[in-house]
Order: sequence, then structure tokens, then C-alpha cells
Amino acid sequence: MFAIDYYQQAESVAQAVALLAAEPGARLVAGGTDVLIRLREGRGDYARLVDINGLEELRGIGLADDGTLRIGALSTFRQVMASDDVRRLVPVVAEAVGTAGGPQLRNVATVGGNICNGAVSADSVGALLVHDAQLEIQGPEGRRRTPLQGFHTGPGRVALARDEVLVALHIRPRDYRGFGAAYYKYAMREAMDIATIGCTAAVRLEGEAIGELRLVFTVAAPTPVRCAHAEAAAAGRPLTAETLDAVAAAVAADVQPRTSWRARQDFRLHIIRTLAARVTRRAAERAGGKF
Amino acid sequence: MRKTVSCTINGRAYTLSVDVRQSLLDMLRELGLTSVKEGCGVGECGACTVLVNGRAIDSCIYLAVWAHGKTIRTAEGEAADGRMSAVQQAYVDAGAVQCGFCTPGLIMTSTAFVERHRGRKVSRQEIRRAHAGNLCRCTGYETIIRAVEKCLGRQAEMPSDDGD
Repeated sequence: MFAIDYYQQAESVAQAVALLAAEPGARLVAGGTDVLIRLREGRGDYARLVDINGLEELRGIGLADDGTLRIGALSTFRQVMASDDVRRLVPVVAEAVGTAGGPQLRNVATVGGNICNGAVSADSVGALLVHDAQLEIQGPEGRRRTPLQGFHTGPGRVALARDEVLVALHIRPRDYRGFGAAYYKYAMREAMDIATIGCTAAVRLEGEAIGELRLVFTVAAPTPVRCAHAEAAAAGRPLTAETLDAVAAAVAADVQPRTSWRARQDFRLHIIRTLAARVTRRAAERAGGKF
Repeated sequence: MRKTVSCTINGRAYTLSVDVRQSLLDMLRELGLTSVKEGCGVGECGACTVLVNGRAIDSCIYLAVWAHGKTIRTAEGEAADGRMSAVQQAYVDAGAVQCGFCTPGLIMTSTAFVERHRGRKVSRQEIRRAHAGNLCRCTGYETIIRAVEKCLGRQAEMPSDDGD
């Protein structure tokens, strides 16, 4: 038995918001693949649950008229991987969630949960950040939009009020058209593992040069980080080994890796430099570039 | 707090009064479906794998109340009229069962995989990836992969593509 003290099944997002507002200490459970494990670990701060698992209004992946891709927050990793729209427009998102856990987890775990639990190792977050995903959030005052960029405020923490629900993620055409992108998860095993370092890159070419690089690292700082220095080092530069070296050199200014049992700080930085070049190259090649 | 859960388990309709704190694993075992094993309890080992609407899930980290309206399958329901399913028989034939603790979960993962890939060309790497959520400490997996290949009817012409 899970040590659940309070449990309500929400029948709508509006009701979930009201239940959260009315019950201090309550939090959402969606796919449960993190929350139920925390409960099993004896974490009392997960004992009061508002269950949104059954809310169909939070599922579904589709395109708006202007080409914006909308991913319902309760879409499972498997549904994201299977979505034709995702695979065609933002394939790196499918690639990234496909590295999470194993098949059983991906059949249940949700994209919204992966974002809102604030994990610095979340496999979906880098791919969503390089495509500058926008969050649609519902609270007592209605719905608001906010960029995913800046949503993470610390390890396990996000800028979501305790009576708010993430409804969907939106990716606009200007953030996917013309980009090639790639994700590399550095981990000890090829499945059922948590990233030691995660690197996501998206590249838009301009002629023979890199027009724009978007580079994100996970597990490289207290939050997932966009790498402004590395990105600047690539902008307007040709597709050469020198450009990749410049990206690898600049990225150290963007990250703050730490020592943990998974890897020491200096080893993490070595991985970060190596992946910055390797994944940038792969993204550029997927955009049609040749080195 | 209890909730009423109506679901189909191994082809039979049930209406159950379920404690909201229960996992699906607990619920199924209380019904006597003890093929569903608790290994790690945190979604790592796959010994508790069952199919929910045809998809493999870890029943240890799945609330019993989520079974409402769904179709659940466990290893008990795979044999019919005293005969094992094709997947179960293939495990026996391939020698893919040793201590047996992981076997019911693996059978369900393989069953979902085989049903979804029937008639399609599947590499050993795909089989391995699709079974990555089930740990087996005895077999070394090779016999399990052979069992899945056999079910897909392409054991003979399937070359090894990952060096083993």
C-alpha cells in the first residue's frame, strides 16, 4: 500500500485546480512513475494527491492552423514517440523520450510530469528547450503561457504555483522549421538509466555556415541550461572542425557540473566538451550540412 | 478510501472495491493472480509487468484505481484449455526459463511485442530494446531473444546483428 493520506480524482483540469487550491500540501499525480516511487521511498510530501491520470482533455498531439505543434501534457512518452507530427516536425523530441527508462515506463510516464517534476536529468527537456517550447498552464485565474526556458528554478523545482496544472506544450513553426537536431544521453547503460550528462543541439544552416545553434545540457547545472556562450561561438561560422572546437571551448562558461556518485566534476566537464562538438555536428548534419 | 473499479482481467469482467492506496500489483495478487511478481517495487525490474489495454506496464507503480474501464492481461490468462500460448511455449522450447521469477513479466512483454510485430521484420536489437525493462539474472537473455524470434517465425533466417 502506498502511504496516501488524501486522494481525489479530478474530473477536469478546472476541478484539479480547485482541489489543489483547497487542499494545502496536495500535489498532482499523472503517470505516477515518479510520484509512486517517491511514496514508496517514504516521502511524506507526496502523501496528498490530486489524480489527473484519467483526464482525456490533457492528452492528444496535434497541429494548429498556424503550424504550431501542441503536445498535451498527459501524452505518454510512447504516444510522443508514435506521433507522426512529432516525428516529422520535431523528431529529436521522439528521439529523446525514447531514451527514458524502458518500454513499460514509456507506456505510462507523461511529458508534463517529466517537465513539472523539475528533474535536472529529464530526457524530454533538452529537446523541448532547443525548440523553445511554450507552456500552457491553467490556474485559478485562467490560462497563461510561459516559455519552458526559465521554468526550471532549481533541482526538482519549477515555476508552477501549487494550484496550477500544466495543460500542454506548444512548439511554434519558427522554432522547428529548418532545424536539424540531435540528443545524446551519456549514461552507464543503454536503457533503464538516468543521464550522467544529456546534450541536445539544434542547428539551422545559412548557406554553408551555421546560422543558429541552440545547445542545451542537462545534469550539467542545477537546472537544464541553454548554452549562450557556445551558441555564440557557432553563429555564422562554417561547418568545420575549428567551429566545433570553438563550441567545445566556449561551453565551459555555460555549465556548472558537480561531483556526484555518477561522475566527478572534471569528468563531467570532459563529457560536456566532447558532446558539445559531437552533438552540434550531428544536428548540423541532420540539417543537411557537410563537414 | 475505496473506489469501485470495473475492469476486464484475463477475459473476465470484474467489479471490485479497491483501496485507493493499492497498486495494481497488490490488486491482482489479492485476486490470486500470483504470476504478477513484486521484484524491485520501483519500476526497474519488470517482474510485475502486465498488459493494460495491450501495453506492457509495471503494475508496482500503477494505481489499482487506474484499471477502471481497462482490459488487463496477466500470464494466467495466456494459457487456454490447458495449452500454453505460443509465447509461453516458445520460452519452454528455447530454454528461456531458469529460476522463473522474471518469467511471467517477460512473457507479457514478449506477448505485447509479438502481437505488435507479427509479420514484420524485426532485428535482434529491436527485440533487446523492447525487453530492456525486464531484468533476468539467470538466462543472460540469449534464450529469451531466441524465443521471441521463434514466435515471430524468423528464427532461421535471422542473422545476428549485434555480435552475439
